[in-house]
Amino acid sequence: MPANFKRNWFLRQRYLIFRRLAQFSLLALFLTGPWYGYWILKGNLASSIFLDLIVFTDPYIYLQSISGGHQMGTVASIGAATILVFYMVIGGRAYCSWVCPINVVTDAAFWLRTRLGLNLSWQPKKNIRYWLLIMTLVVSALTSSIAWEVVNPITMLQRGLVFGMGIAWAIVLAVFLFDLIVSRRGWCSHLCPVGAFYGLVGKFSLIRVSAIKRQACTDCGDCFRVCPEPQVITLPLLGEENGASPIVISGDCTNCGRCIDVCDENVFHFATRFEDKLKADAGA
Amino acid sequence: MDDKIDRRQFLGRCAQAAGSVSIIGLLLGTYSEQSKSLPAWAIRPPGAIDENEFLGACVRCGLCVRDCPYDTLSLAEFGDEVATGTPYFVARNIPCEMCEDIPCAAACPTDALSKELKNIDDADMGVAVLTGVDTCYSTTGVAHCRACYLACPIKDEAITMEKTESNGRWYFEPTVHSEKCTGCGKCEKDCVTHEASIKVLPRNLVRHDLSAI
Repeated sequence: MPANFKRNWFLRQRYLIFRRLAQFSLLALFLTGPWYGYWILKGNLASSIFLDLIVFTDPYIYLQSISGGHQMGTVASIGAATILVFYMVIGGRAYCSWVCPINVVTDAAFWLRTRLGLNLSWQPKKNIRYWLLIMTLVVSALTSSIAWEVVNPITMLQRGLVFGMGIAWAIVLAVFLFDLIVSRRGWCSHLCPVGAFYGLVGKFSLIRVSAIKRQACTDCGDCFRVCPEPQVITLPLLGEENGASPIVISGDCTNCGRCIDVCDENVFHFATRFEDKLKADAGA
Repeated sequence: MDDKIDRRQFLGRCAQAAGSVSIIGLLLGTYSEQSKSLPAWAIRPPGAIDENEFLGACVRCGLCVRDCPYDTLSLAEFGDEVATGTPYFVARNIPCEMCEDIPCAAACPTDALSKELKNIDDADMGVAVLTGVDTCYSTTGVAHCRACYLACPIKDEAITMEKTESNGRWYFEPTVHSEKCTGCGKCEKDCVTHEASIKVLPRNLVRHDLSAI
């Protein structure tokens, strides 16, 4: 890591700051109602209503309910479609890095693990989460329930903060310790089926990170060190000779923008998935 | 990925992944089935579909809880006996006030609380049962109490005070007419004995089908 940075402190942290602001202000929008009586977002991440007008429903929970054989109401169907379109635009796994409260927990675990120099790690295969995703749908179908919601740490934590925690802290602590001691970035980047679901959505989503100025790359490795899914950077950043597009097209990318933050050469920026084509057209 | 593997290794890895995921699936499935049991003291909101289907329909969003004007409903917290995140109420604490517009069911985005319930008097949250025949003031003759009868919102239909004779002693027995009772729990709430002598129980514990007598 270079000792003297080319850019100021804010530019080196901005997307991290924006993400934390997004995560906490979303939670705040859910809490103004129960705390002060101003209902902006009512409900929780599973389903909510904005200003008593627009309904949002988590499409993954919706899908599990359908697998379980339930005919969802029109309201929930509209809500799920709305959320799906939203993430089709801003990036599927933007859910993970900009919305999900567990992301704060696992990022904290990762930070502490790095600080403490804990190097031992058991790494499950990255695609195990897609198997888990299928498994939750199968179990939902077999038990006609919404299987993942029985244990899902995301909704446990968020619902807990808004409605009452019970002993859900135990599950949150378990995820924290898992990421801290057992597995480096184990939960969000390897196991979580919610992330897997949004990753599939992200395969088609509009806003993407692009390594547009990859010629300026100095091979310092900063982006690989901060990225929760470093495998997604390799080809767009280093694959120019093989004709690879500079756009990070993998659904695994969470659009967290940490690579943009840390790169002192400004290699990365947010773009649309069509940036490459648009440029080619303009050049032709 | 540069690690080249042959078919044998590939199939082996697939089997391994499928195996470990199946184990997690079995654990999740059994835990999910286990957490389906609903204690008799927890009553679902009006319009709740059959309990077996309810857990596949309720996304645990709490919108019913938010729209209940009497704070009757709660979402079960992790560790409670009720399936985590699902809505319920305890009649002895705050009973259902039987709002005419059924705001809880209207708020449900997934129809886990059915919109087919148009008239709150048709709600079927449970059935009140005189569980404390030997503690009820009226049946034991301690006092001419009729708190449950007065509390009942389906006046003179769901609970009546029936003149009864036993061993030459006359008394009034609170009598629940289960086809009219909605299970709102107002009788249980207002019962004056230390522990309620009349309690709302899930209908399947009491009587399945009136036509099948």
